[in-house]
Amino acid sequence: MPAPRCASCHKARAALRRPRSGQALCTTCFCAAFEAEVLHTVVAGRLLPPGAVVAVGASGGKDSTVLAHVLRELAPRLGISLHLVAVDEGIGGYRDAALAAVRRQAARWELPLTVVAYAELFGGWTMDAVARSTAGSGRSRSCCTFCGVLRRRALEEGARRVGATHVVTGHNADDMAETVLMNFLRGDAGRLARGGGLGSPGEGGALPRCRPLQLASQKEVVLYAHFRRLDYFSEECVYAPEAFRGHARDLLKLLEAARPSAVLDLVHSAERLALAPAARPPPPGACSRCGALASRALCQACALLEGLNRGRPRLAIGKGRRGLDEEGSPREPQPSGPPTSEPIPGF
Amino acid sequence: MAAPLSVQVEFGGGAELLFDGVKKHQVTLPGQEEPWDIRNLLVWIKKNLLKERPELFIRGDSVRPGILVLINDADWELLGELDYQLQDQDSILFISTLHGG
Repeated sequence: MPAPRCASCHKARAALRRPRSGQALCTTCFCAAFEAEVLHTVVAGRLLPPGAVVAVGASGGKDSTVLAHVLRELAPRLGISLHLVAVDEGIGGYRDAALAAVRRQAARWELPLTVVAYAELFGGWTMDAVARSTAGSGRSRSCCTFCGVLRRRALEEGARRVGATHVVTGHNADDMAETVLMNFLRGDAGRLARGGGLGSPGEGGALPRCRPLQLASQKEVVLYAHFRRLDYFSEECVYAPEAFRGHARDLLKLLEAARPSAVLDLVHSAERLALAPAARPPPPGACSRCGALASRALCQACALLEGLNRGRPRLAIGKGRRGLDEEGSPREPQPSGPPTSEPIPGF
Repeated sequence: MAAPLSVQVEFGGGAELLFDGVKKHQVTLPGQEEPWDIRNLLVWIKKNLLKERPELFIRGDSVRPGILVLINDADWELLGELDYQLQDQDSILFISTLHGG
């Protein structure tokens, strides 16, 4: 039983059926459609104007590899220049191998690459150190909670160093749908409301960031990489099995098997949500320590680092953030800093 | 009644880690009563190739959700999924999507 003919060119045999439309396309027509959709996402949303210097968050993984490849193809047409920025979280045995993949890509694509390391930015706190610091509490370590916040900060810093005007990341539709589920499951109304749309315009001095692949399903990203023979790093982070996102991902995969459009439908549902008045977060101000956008006295990154440096890593996790010096005078800090025992950075 | 078949079974996207890191396997499937379809191929793979943690590759009589199956570079969805009848010299590729990007 051979595959049906391509619905677009009617010549070649189809290689896949697109999840959203059910249309059967051959590899050539699919790759062209995929690239055209990314172009449309960027142009229609005015995400990357001509002259933009774009910092591409590059991890060596499938999404950022496809993102960098497609943007590089589209760069002349968009009139933008690209700069790869890779974040070294300090995860032994994992990140080194992934960075090697990024360096190969940078060389093959002839794109400049800048690497920023947690150790340098956050006073010696590598993810391995965070994991050790948060171990043994009897509950899940939640080191991924730290990483999500710190990596965004590190990417921002890397982008500034290369003089970027915009930041792009490779989040795909599945990532967005998982995030919607996670925010529901955690009762995080603020994030649910903010999470939609094509990216953030860059408030509070942050660079504008967007996700050109966010309408592409993960399956299509992987197939595009396969048909284009792109080389990417495909191992799982050593801490990933502990991440809460894994539960959301498992649920999403089951839902997708029953109803392929569920992934994109979830994202669209969240975009159309309006919050009840009581749930709306207060307008954000600036972090008292580093000046970044923050809804409380300390931004999330500074709050997390404060907890780590005081030897009380769970201080800034979960609701309430009790114990942080956000209302009255600061408490006496515990003598348990990062491995290098440097003073708390002013970052 | 199925004749013996020679097929190439490939693993990618991290799935190869369950198979001793070996990506390409040239496989000869023996003649048998049952037809050689993907369903029976999976049983054979589990028995003969899979080195560890079968639950990361197989769920029930199919692959774990998140593992893509390409038959001769086409999505198995177009070819009948588990019911596709294998032919001599077919190439079956299993790509895992279950990792960060």
